[in-house]
Amino acid sequence: MSETLLAKPVTAVSTTTPPVEERKGLTKKEIAADHPTWCPGCGDFSVLALYFKLIEKRKMWHEKITTVAGIGCSSRFPYFVQAHGAHYIHGRALPFASGISLSRPDLHVFVFGGDGDAFSIGGNHFNHTARKNIKMTYCVMDNWVYGLTKKQTSPTSPLGFKSKTDQWGAVDYPINPMKQAIAAGATFVARTTHTNPNHVLQMMEAAMDHDGFSFIECLSECVEFYEGAFDASNPRKGGVFNEVPKSHDVTDELAAYKLADEPFPGSFGIFYKSNKPTKNAKEAEIIKSFQSKTAGLKDWQILQKNFDRMK
Amino acid sequence: MSDIIEKALSSGDGAPKVSRINEVVIRIAGNSQDGIQAIGGFLARLAGRSEQEVMTFMTIPATISGGASIFQVRMGSGEVLSSGDEADVLLAFYQHSYDAHISSLKKGGIVMFDSDHVVPNPELEKTYHHVGIPISSLTVEAIGGTAKDKGKNIYSLGLIAKTFDLDLPKLEKLIGERFTGKDPSILNNALAAFHAGYSHSLGNLLETFKFTDAQKKDGTQIVMNGNEALGYGLIAAGVRFGAGYPITPWSDIMELLRRELPKYGGMFIQTEDEIAAISMAIGGSYAGRVSVTGSSGPGISLKTEALGWAIMAEMPLVIVDVQRGGPSTGMPTNIEQSDLNIAVNGGHGDAPRVVIAPANVEDCFYMAIEAVNIARKYSVPVIILTDQGIATRIEAFVQPNLEKVCQDISPDFTPIADHKPYDLSTPNSVSLHVPPGTKINSGKYPIVTGLEHDELGHPTGSPKLHQQMTAKRRKKLQALGATLPVPKIYGPSEGNVLLVGWGSTEGPIKEAVDRARAAGDSVSSIHIKHINPLPNGLENIFSGFNHVFVVEMNDEGLYGFGQFGAILRARYCDPKIQGLNKTDGLTWKVKEILERTKTNLTAGIRKL
Repeated sequence: MSETLLAKPVTAVSTTTPPVEERKGLTKKEIAADHPTWCPGCGDFSVLALYFKLIEKRKMWHEKITTVAGIGCSSRFPYFVQAHGAHYIHGRALPFASGISLSRPDLHVFVFGGDGDAFSIGGNHFNHTARKNIKMTYCVMDNWVYGLTKKQTSPTSPLGFKSKTDQWGAVDYPINPMKQAIAAGATFVARTTHTNPNHVLQMMEAAMDHDGFSFIECLSECVEFYEGAFDASNPRKGGVFNEVPKSHDVTDELAAYKLADEPFPGSFGIFYKSNKPTKNAKEAEIIKSFQSKTAGLKDWQILQKNFDRMK
Repeated sequence: MSDIIEKALSSGDGAPKVSRINEVVIRIAGNSQDGIQAIGGFLARLAGRSEQEVMTFMTIPATISGGASIFQVRMGSGEVLSSGDEADVLLAFYQHSYDAHISSLKKGGIVMFDSDHVVPNPELEKTYHHVGIPISSLTVEAIGGTAKDKGKNIYSLGLIAKTFDLDLPKLEKLIGERFTGKDPSILNNALAAFHAGYSHSLGNLLETFKFTDAQKKDGTQIVMNGNEALGYGLIAAGVRFGAGYPITPWSDIMELLRRELPKYGGMFIQTEDEIAAISMAIGGSYAGRVSVTGSSGPGISLKTEALGWAIMAEMPLVIVDVQRGGPSTGMPTNIEQSDLNIAVNGGHGDAPRVVIAPANVEDCFYMAIEAVNIARKYSVPVIILTDQGIATRIEAFVQPNLEKVCQDISPDFTPIADHKPYDLSTPNSVSLHVPPGTKINSGKYPIVTGLEHDELGHPTGSPKLHQQMTAKRRKKLQALGATLPVPKIYGPSEGNVLLVGWGSTEGPIKEAVDRARAAGDSVSSIHIKHINPLPNGLENIFSGFNHVFVVEMNDEGLYGFGQFGAILRARYCDPKIQGLNKTDGLTWKVKEILERTKTNLTAGIRKL
């Protein structure tokens, strides 16, 4: 839990303060719940392992973490984490998570999902949650295919990809998640891949520490329906893992957009980061200004003032 | 009242007379930008302050600016049950207002018209008493300037005040409150227009009228419309978070909550779409405090998948549906009660949820609180069904004791030993949600989910668990049903016809019962506010009558019983339950209910 988050004023819901005594960080055993139902070799295993590592390393407590997901293979995520969690409907995890984030500044909200959930059925919510800069971390495990429903074309499937719904090869131009996120106004946009665990953890930590909507595209191979999709980014498979150049200015939106336009495998790291105020902070500001006018009044007395004008 | 008017007018001795009246129905017809709602609003609030009863009815055009609009206000010293079938007085600003609404006037009623715009029909001058006043030019004369159309509503208010001997200081005070804080010249102009109207010689209208004294009320009255009452009721209930998307006629409630909630440390979020709105509200509920979303017709359709999740995940939630004419975009500014089916059954799968329907403006306030409390107690979504009529209708009611009524529903994050989100062993099958932030000492944390699940919320394909969990979600509502009050019968508990209503139609149905009984017919009524689950014991009420007619503003449907009628037939297997339905997008007139009751009786029991 980042210090900045804990220090925020409680707004919509008052919370009890956590016990003062020093609590030990959680062990992996205490964080793990159900055994994942993913296929052996699935990239999602490494994302889960690194989420556990993040919780361990940052000494987060069960009750302060909320793990939210929509529908898809990767969206099974909350069941595997021993913490408060919700498995919501297809494509709508972001507004659900927004409801938590806006009313509970004491929690850190992590959302996990896949490319279909994020960019197809949930595309509208992705744009709007990003533009509103609602504080949460959103990690999309992008495998370029619909896995749970067994190999249909996804919004990130490249042209020519042969799936059950495009038996002769995909004809629709794919979405570029990084461009989409930058254009929508996301304030933290990063790219990583499941084959580089240290890098995944690094991105997760940076995302968690970002005060705003932090988005990570994590390439996560579907060994069942799109084997080898990301080999070109994996040095162990003869590919190259290029980090974002040191000279890149993360506050430069155009430069970020250019990075996002590189042909696969492209670069990995933080493409874009800005410190615009969050919706959480703006709403807290509105509340503060209203409450300065009603200071000292009980709730019923505030309502009474309205009723007095309706007589 | 029209009989009295006729008498007063025909006395013809030239001496100014004051006739005592019990109530009056005034219809104001103009364009939507004329501020005719403001006249109606002033009259309604005046009635509230004078311990009178009041009910209003308005139409708003679906056009963006302009368009014909009416506001009808019925105020009186006795009980006012509906906004009135026919008007005693019509105030017509334009030719189209005159032409379209003169037929809504009682024979012998008074039409006041703006003679700058209206040329009366000589034929009609025999039937209705015509009072022509150059309202537009007299308003300009009174307040000067080029305010072509501004102020004539307030001028007309003055005319009405004079005609009905309304309380001048109270009206001046109301005008003062309305324009307070604005440029003082605006208030001065308003008062100038009002006094000009009040001082205008009423010409050939020889009589003025005075209300008989109203019965003392038990407390101070407040005056508001149904949308306002619902919004404030949610605040009183302790709701502090919600989300919505604009749609008529729901938008007023979201605007009110957006404006008011920050005072209480809460917030209301305008989302990108209807699905996001319900999802965000569910997220707010999940975070620990019952949250609200709402919409009208099309928006409710969009929300149903998420509603199913809230039912499956057993999450408390309040959903407001301000019904309008459907299906699809339908008739956005008309009244209809055709969302009952989607409220009760909308969505896939076996998904029991609670549906309640306020019958009047006061109910909107108290039933919003009831909805929140049912949602919390049974961990279930509760749909509040109102409609375009009740949403915009202004009524006066005794001010609630807010100190007593307002509740604090802040979440409790006290650590607990253990928790099963879907415990199968609880009494009445109710298990409660434990929000994030709560430490669970066993170290086993709950997942809330839309997948069929075990008691801890983990997915299962077990046939036995699906049966048990499906039954759990049903049984808690059956438990709720057993606690619901049986509605009171209006009129004797035995007789020939029982009219059954729900939602905004209570007033005209009761008035129909009164008129029928006055004419010697054996008619009673009940009004059901808990639609799903139904209260127990309705069969005992039905058994006292030969005919049970379900009065609804929706289509009779393929099998002839209407939406609620079909539910009652399915529930009670009683062939005497028949539908009394209409789909003209307008509120029930009392005489319509009486005529249709007669038709049903003549037809006998048509369908089994």
